[in-house]
Amino acid sequence: MIDKADQIFVLLQHWLISFLPLALQQPAAVLIGVIGIISVFPAIFALTTVFERKGLGRIQNRLGPNRVGPFGFMQPIADAIKSLTKEDVVPSTANGPVHFLAPVGLVVAVFMGFAVLPVGRNMVLVDMDAGLLFFFAMGASTEVSVFMAGWSSRNKYSLLGAMRAVAQMISYEVVLLLSSVAVVMITGSLSLTKIVEAQNQYTGIFPHWYIFTPWGLAGFVMYAIAATAETNRSPFDLPEGESELVAGYHTEYSGFKFALFFLGEYLAMLSISGLGTTLFLGGWSAPFSFLTFMPSWFWFFSKLMLSIFVFIWMRGTLPRLRQDQLMNFAWKFVLPFTLLDLFVTALWRFMGEGLLRWFVCSAILLAAYIIMGRIAMVRKQFGPRSYRYAE
Amino acid sequence: MTAPTVLTGLPDSGLAATDHSDGWNRPPIIEPDGEGELLEVAMGPHHPSTHGVFRMDVALDGERVIRLKPVFGYLHRNHEKIAEGASYLASMPYTDRLDYFCSLTNNWAFALSVEKLVGQDVPERAEYIRVILAELTRIQNHASTIGFLTQEMGASGTPLMYAFREREKILDLFEELTGSRMMCNYMRFGGCRVDMSAAHLASARKIVAGLPGFIDEFEALLSTNEILMARCQGIGKLRPELAINAGISGPMLRASGVDYDIRKVDHYGIYDRFKFRVPLGDHGDVYDRYMVRVLEMRESVTILEQALKDIPAGPIMDPKSKIRGFRPKPGEAYGRIEAPKGELGFYLISDGTPNPYRYRVRPPSLINLTVLEDMCLGESVADVVVIFGSVDIVLGEVDR
Amino acid sequence: MLGEGILKGMAETAKNFAGSFVSKERLTTVEYPEERIAPAENARVFPFLVYDSENWEKGLRCVACQICEKECPPKCIYIDKSKDKKPDYVGKQQFYPTRFDIDISVCMSCQICVEVCPFEAIKMDTQFELATDDRFGGLLLDREQLAKSNEYYHELHPTEAAEVDARLAEEKAKVEAKAKATEAAAAKAAADAAAKTAAPASPTQAKPEGGQD
Repeated sequence: MIDKADQIFVLLQHWLISFLPLALQQPAAVLIGVIGIISVFPAIFALTTVFERKGLGRIQNRLGPNRVGPFGFMQPIADAIKSLTKEDVVPSTANGPVHFLAPVGLVVAVFMGFAVLPVGRNMVLVDMDAGLLFFFAMGASTEVSVFMAGWSSRNKYSLLGAMRAVAQMISYEVVLLLSSVAVVMITGSLSLTKIVEAQNQYTGIFPHWYIFTPWGLAGFVMYAIAATAETNRSPFDLPEGESELVAGYHTEYSGFKFALFFLGEYLAMLSISGLGTTLFLGGWSAPFSFLTFMPSWFWFFSKLMLSIFVFIWMRGTLPRLRQDQLMNFAWKFVLPFTLLDLFVTALWRFMGEGLLRWFVCSAILLAAYIIMGRIAMVRKQFGPRSYRYAE
Repeated sequence: MTAPTVLTGLPDSGLAATDHSDGWNRPPIIEPDGEGELLEVAMGPHHPSTHGVFRMDVALDGERVIRLKPVFGYLHRNHEKIAEGASYLASMPYTDRLDYFCSLTNNWAFALSVEKLVGQDVPERAEYIRVILAELTRIQNHASTIGFLTQEMGASGTPLMYAFREREKILDLFEELTGSRMMCNYMRFGGCRVDMSAAHLASARKIVAGLPGFIDEFEALLSTNEILMARCQGIGKLRPELAINAGISGPMLRASGVDYDIRKVDHYGIYDRFKFRVPLGDHGDVYDRYMVRVLEMRESVTILEQALKDIPAGPIMDPKSKIRGFRPKPGEAYGRIEAPKGELGFYLISDGTPNPYRYRVRPPSLINLTVLEDMCLGESVADVVVIFGSVDIVLGEVDR
Repeated sequence: MLGEGILKGMAETAKNFAGSFVSKERLTTVEYPEERIAPAENARVFPFLVYDSENWEKGLRCVACQICEKECPPKCIYIDKSKDKKPDYVGKQQFYPTRFDIDISVCMSCQICVEVCPFEAIKMDTQFELATDDRFGGLLLDREQLAKSNEYYHELHPTEAAEVDARLAEEKAKVEAKAKATEAAAAKAAADAAAKTAAPASPTQAKPEGGQD
């Protein structure tokens, strides 16, 4: 019964393809998986937009949208209708085909990334041996479409915005990769399913998720920062800041193409959270050993939604970083710390089991964080100040 | 590529950087390489963060600001000319609309000037009420300013919404007392229009009791936030000599380290009876201006607590004051107060008729804007918006 | 430590997020137009004219003194004085306004007209849902639209209306007392005069009697 609930989608897929002749069964299985991904993740995207607006509202002591549907949950439908019926304005000097292909490219690249995420036990569309590599390859190709958007608009400001966005994404891509290299080192494989299976073990009731190790925690924090920057979310959303001079690479887009950019950005957020969940939070494994009766896909999506909530929470709280501060932060703080994390991961691997490695690794990471933080703030000369009063 | 030439003096000024004859210590300006052109942009008047209809003509070299010219006048409403045609009492509701966030302090400044003109006394209870309302106005103004500043920095409006939540309570008190939330039209020459009943005082005490918690919450959210510190510290420095020479006043001046608070200097009203401190900054940057405002909010709470405790019973209008047929003798007077944005002054010349001969407003926002270019030179364009937000202007005052 | 301030800030917003589900303080939205906040007692939006009895024309307190027209800062009141007079609440004959228009697209709700009116005839209303698509005529309220009863005034601003009524009643009582006093004085004077004319009549009558001898 529990297994049935856990594998319900797989069983559904098998049942559906059983109607077809044997030769067509394999492609049909893939097709059903694709349809599944294309329907589920945009639905989560719709839910995310509502959660974001209502979440931001609640943080700001107000209600979010609550007129369309019960508690406002039909708001995405209203938004979709709005974006579909808006006039699609393309500048006459713009490069037509490139202008059209940019949002399409973005969405396609992001969807490809979902193919390798293990959503549940036995529920991965393509079980590649180098799944992580494929994911990062697809993630990097989103940057191409960002640049295509900026370039084809023939607008000085869009181009500037696109260049800034690409520079930001490239810098943080390095950090993203390096923090996941730590996971690969410990697991010994690039395959995402193997990474999840390695974390799906329990000592007592506690799971072996990598986030519960010192190097995993540090890696996760660096991964989270890099993920926020990759998807241009607050506090790294200067490329799409409204109160800035350059309005960003999607200035010249309206109507459905703009909605596609929006979709692409949020799907990228979902897929990067999905990867983070897989790498550090144990993918589809349950948090405690007595909770394994719940379906695996339930845990995956819960962790995904938790990451989304944290994204929304950060957006509601933090102001934006300026472009040069963003880049400085990436190259002068996050990247060195990630390299140190790699070193500590190696130390962890070769110190063997036991309590000692916990102490040593935690101590090194904590000390490094404090020292580097202190250096960063002193060099920039900022810090809390005390004020005097007139006599 | 040739080395960039270093020009001295501001463009168009023709003066060398070492010429201090008019008191200005000009910064050297780096002329761009001559290869690229300057990017000239007009920020505004339609812009999400210009606090109203305001334009800045900015010339950029890459991201750095080379030249900045503020252009305003989009909200000019002939305030001073209308006042010449209207009686003194009829000008009072127009003063509400100058700095529309702080209508009560505008009213007080005007009432003070007219009282100086005719030599009128104000009863004690009225003075206490004036202080209470002015300090409440100061608190809600500073909270809103900080909210707008963080909104421009991209904090999605969260501190703004918190500030507005507290502001709503204060505005509700204003509505109960004066009849209107923002355009209060409450001070009269010789006192106040309506007495504060026991219920009003109880509401005021309740609001004041909740304010320290709110300011603590605000500070926890913002003051030690590393991103805020990175965005605000070291940005938009204003040297104290320039501030004094340019006539800057208010929190901007005190953030540069100059100890000048008109409440302490002029001893107007009954501020001498209250113990409060004046916070000063050391660096004159955006962060100092933000912190000086937060500390001033705390000092205002202290003043409010003292005033609400000591308020005496009594009349609220001088019995000798006239509402209609007010004809001051010929003369002139300049009355100024420490408005939340700076020194708000009214200069009145009377020629014996019911309408003033000349009515001049000294708006703090306009005077504080004159140093915007000096503060923004060499900064990146993303910081211009932040510096502009820290000056704290309201276009109603700038343009009148 | 780097990041401490950020975490403190995030704790603050989390507190607000959680609080918005439990306390009214943390969720201050009032869902207009289904829920409304009652206006404060002293709230002022646009003026209205008070009338006393059932008939708004007969009971209108305004006597067209035109003081409010003169004192109004944006000059949005237009008054035409009548040629004849009609009695007011104390019985005195007063002028009345044949036209009393307020242009509420100009009115700035400053309440100066209310302050300067010596007859408690114009007071402030609290209705603000006055949007109309007729930009000029729709926003020029005439006498009939402006006239509202004293009972309505009591509903809007009870303490103020009670005070006004008390003052008017006091004045009326004073006027009546004075009228009664003058009446009594007049009656007394008439009685004195009558007594004086009667008293000299007897000596003059007596004299001829004595003379006839």
